Amino acid sequence: MAKSTASHSSPLVALRGVGKTFPSGTQALAGLDLEVRNGEFLSLLGPSGCGKSTALRIVAGLSEPTQGSIEWPAAAAESENRLGFVFQEPTLMPWANVFNNVLLPLKLKRAAAANAAERAAAALDRVGLQKFARAYPRELSGGMRMRVSIARALVTEPALLLMDEPFAALDEITRFKLNNDLLQLWQALRTTVVFVTHSVFESVYLSSRIVVMAARPGRVFAEVAIDAPYPRDQDFRTSAEYAALCRRTSEALGQAMAAGGEQ
Amino acid sequence: MKPASGRERRDRMLSIALPIIVLALSVALWEVVVRVGNIPPYVLPAPSLILQTFITDGALLTQSLLVTLITTLEGFLLATIGGVGLAVLFNQSRLVEYSLYPFAVILQVTPIVAIAPLLLIYLPQPVAVLACAWIVAFFPVLANTTLGLNSVDRNLADLFALYGASRGQVLWNLKLPSALPYILGGLRIAGGLSLIGAVVAEIAAGSAGAGSGLAYRIAESGYRLNIPRMFAALLLLSVAGIVIFYLLALVNYLALRRWHESALDGER
Repeated sequence: MAKSTASHSSPLVALRGVGKTFPSGTQALAGLDLEVRNGEFLSLLGPSGCGKSTALRIVAGLSEPTQGSIEWPAAAAESENRLGFVFQEPTLMPWANVFNNVLLPLKLKRAAAANAAERAAAALDRVGLQKFARAYPRELSGGMRMRVSIARALVTEPALLLMDEPFAALDEITRFKLNNDLLQLWQALRTTVVFVTHSVFESVYLSSRIVVMAARPGRVFAEVAIDAPYPRDQDFRTSAEYAALCRRTSEALGQAMAAGGEQ
Repeated sequence: MKPASGRERRDRMLSIALPIIVLALSVALWEVVVRVGNIPPYVLPAPSLILQTFITDGALLTQSLLVTLITTLEGFLLATIGGVGLAVLFNQSRLVEYSLYPFAVILQVTPIVAIAPLLLIYLPQPVAVLACAWIVAFFPVLANTTLGLNSVDRNLADLFALYGASRGQVLWNLKLPSALPYILGGLRIAGGLSLIGAVVAEIAAGSAGAGSGLAYRIAESGYRLNIPRMFAALLLLSVAGIVIFYLLALVNYLALRRWHESALDGER
């Protein structure tokens, strides 16, 4: 896979004045401007109903904007391996074992079989589940299922990994563990991540930049740069710097909720 | 597997033993009532006489059983192919669904007993019997498969779209596996129904003077007041139905045991 040599500031994908009105008349997004920079870990933070998941689906091409445009300036636009997507639920095929679940994207893209098997095995290795290749999803814990889901998203070595509140349903211990693993993967693969969450603490811990969104209609309200160096670990989680950043982000979120008409 | 507790084991034993005891007692009571009351066999044959009929009429009954079973099996296979095939076709094309679905419903709601005599006029008798078995059995397969094909996890469907899956890939790798538990549920219903369809058609045909299936034997024995043979044939039909039901339940279990909730053990 050709690694981009572009600087961190060049946009990988940009939403320009994007609006989304559903056929029911609900306005999910209006005038959303968002640049995703190459190599960054960007979190979209906001109350439920602020359209952050809708924005993510538009980037993924699963939903069409009703106004505005989406631009892929870099060569990534033509790339076969543009995107990986991790849903709120693990979204695994229950009838297929772990290996075949991870293999699916390559199979759908008709990758050469021998090569594909090798890549799926490598992806499973990355999330530490190589021993569970023959297990079925129902035999795994929630955290392990989410790991399989991440391995599947990474198997095509995407330039952009989109994650829609992937750890919201997990217990805190598992979530912390997966946060750390995700940061390690992000650093090792130098991929770009857009991470949707409603947790201030999770977004500060993970992100290099947080975009705070407001609701009714969904829009960008504020931006918080998280300059703390990587790698981040348990020490960062308990540092004064982390606490201060969480306070700043919380304030921005509070204002965003007030602006969106919430108590 | 954790060892079954004493209570569980006793429950399982009871669930097997109790029906057998009830059956044995009922048969014994039946035997006693017939003997003590001196009831003639053309009114109510004793169980021992029915058993004896199995031996004396064994060859005839076995041959008839085979005829009915083959019709049932053929009807079941055609219902499977027709039901699943039509459901896939409906799923791929709205126009085909709108055009044909009402007629599938009409075939389903019109009582088969009423259709059978007409079919016997227009079709050769073995074909007509088969057609009846098919008409009765295909609709549950069609309805269940349609439901299954439409019950795909929406996120999984999005995932397939994200990776640019073709229609064929979506059908084969997503929709059909998602629908499998529903399809198997439809087949379990269809198995019993194709036997019923075959029997109904044979009875209708029997009055037309042709055929040699079990249901025809029942009708024929009725005209001749050979009541023990009626009971014997009826018993064979029941056993055939039970065997079909459990065979399909076994197929269902084998196909789903690794992944579907319906086939899981109680423990986790």
